[in-house]
Amino acid sequence: MVVAHGLGENQSEPALKAEGLGFAYAGQPVLEGVDLQLGPGDMLGVIGPNGSGKSTLLGVLCGLLPPGEGRVFLHGKPLAAYKRDELARLMGMVPQGAELAPGFSVLETALAGRFAVMGGRVFENDADLAAAQQALEQTGIWELRERRAGELSGGECQRLALARALAAQPGILLLDEPTSALDLDHQLRVMGMLERARRQKGLSVCLVSHDLNLAALFCTRLLLLSQGRPLAQGVPARVLTPHLLAQAYGVQVAVDAEPSRGRPRVTLLAPRQP
Amino acid sequence: MRATPARVGLTCAALAGLLVASLLLGLKLGTASVGPAQVWAWLTGGEVPYATQVILGDLRLPRLLLAALVGAGLSMSGAVFQGVLRNPLAEPFILGVSGGAAAGAVSAFLLGLSGLMPLALMAFGGALGTISLVLAIARRRGRMETSTLILTGVMINAFFTAAIMFIISTTTDQKLHAILFWLYGDLSSSRLEQVWLLLPVVLAGAVTVFFFGRHLNLLSAGGMAAAALGMAVERVKLILFLVVSLVVGVTVSLSGLIGFLGLMVPHLVRIVLGHDHRLLLPASTLLGASFLVLADTAARTVISPSTLPVGVVTAALGAPFFVLLLARRGSQWW
Repeated sequence: MVVAHGLGENQSEPALKAEGLGFAYAGQPVLEGVDLQLGPGDMLGVIGPNGSGKSTLLGVLCGLLPPGEGRVFLHGKPLAAYKRDELARLMGMVPQGAELAPGFSVLETALAGRFAVMGGRVFENDADLAAAQQALEQTGIWELRERRAGELSGGECQRLALARALAAQPGILLLDEPTSALDLDHQLRVMGMLERARRQKGLSVCLVSHDLNLAALFCTRLLLLSQGRPLAQGVPARVLTPHLLAQAYGVQVAVDAEPSRGRPRVTLLAPRQP
Repeated sequence: MRATPARVGLTCAALAGLLVASLLLGLKLGTASVGPAQVWAWLTGGEVPYATQVILGDLRLPRLLLAALVGAGLSMSGAVFQGVLRNPLAEPFILGVSGGAAAGAVSAFLLGLSGLMPLALMAFGGALGTISLVLAIARRRGRMETSTLILTGVMINAFFTAAIMFIISTTTDQKLHAILFWLYGDLSSSRLEQVWLLLPVVLAGAVTVFFFGRHLNLLSAGGMAAAALGMAVERVKLILFLVVSLVVGVTVSLSGLIGFLGLMVPHLVRIVLGHDHRLLLPASTLLGASFLVLADTAARTVISPSTLPVGVVTAALGAPFFVLLLARRGSQWW
């Protein structure tokens, strides 16, 4: 039988795919049975209570943690078949709590993000500089390029860590709470920048967030984790329901539509007085 | 300052110039007065008295060259330790790695081994063992906290001092003076064959760590970030620690315990050139060479005609420097 592979089908082939992922820490399972697909232009938001396995999931997806069960495929090949630097060229990862070298300038830090792209080259060339400049402009800290990382505010550090990952110009970005230290304006700017990149360049983003409303506003799909297991996955309106959130977080919420995009908006309700 | 090939080249040229000037100064200065004209004549192959030939060629030159290589090796090692352990106070002597190397070398005495090579190999083993211990302690947090670093060093040094004293107690009195002087970092018995042993080690070490400059830049941000950005962290650390153990081991076996150089030199370089290891490592290597040449020249001349172990000079400068950095709370500028 001849199967025709249309162009559309090829394009929607997931860049990153996980099947039955599981991870145990000291004998305790922290992640179980997670399946997900991340295609070009997707923005997947991973949400869930503290300790529900969100950061562990990102760690397994980027290859920093070996999966106990299941497999991760990057462009159809198992993750284990890639070398560390090959992975970094294809997939950027920004862990929680940005690790920066305080003595290095903002520009030097962004240039350090070119590590995997540079291969055996010792010094950066014009293309590396251009990529670093673009990453710093995208995150709005190009003006701070001569400042030392140790002198930046928390929000600036967070944007610098993102810029360092962007500088490698990967097709996939895994971000652990990328906006947790940002004010409202910069939350919008960073999410808007990621949205433009996914729309215009087909960037795939997987981000962990505790801000359900921000995630609902920008993510194409959400994955709700609870105690390491996927509780729901799909478009924000399907995942952010009072029933599912009550199940995951054990709190009562009201969900309505926010006015700008009609995405679900979650409002926390105070518990009834006993 | 961002590292570019031009900046690295220019910096190295300037510091190489400083090293040549330091060596010339060291040739001229000493207990026996030798005029600049005589130094020049000797260097250019002109006629000089036999006594001057011996003073310059057999006494001063080997000592100066050895001082330069020891200074280069220890400063470079300090910069590498600081990058990997992410603490500006990390240094071979303070960490106890030099002490481990010394214990290795002294046990070679005890075992009756003689000759430069067995001594160097035993010191290398001592340095490697100590680094493994330091790493095991640092591994738990990824970054070595200042208090952990200092306490670890104090304890390791206390242990090795005990071990060395035990070994010394069992040796004959004739050797005692030599071992004690060597322990405090002494270059007075330098010979050219020592220079030929150390030169390839320091040269190969300097070239290797230079090519790991970008890796050290990433490591200064933290192991997690470095891995996420595409570095095989454990393998790179292993290579760097092997190189540094070899450099520190061979250096200590020839010069004894010369401390604080790896602390002061990279710090001075960072103030001027910034933190990029592609500049920091070659600059620290070359500046360290000049630094120890000048320190040893001072050790030869301040209480002339007697001489001090050069480790006394570096400790006298370095210990207050260390306390000053500690008082300024390392984390603020690192």
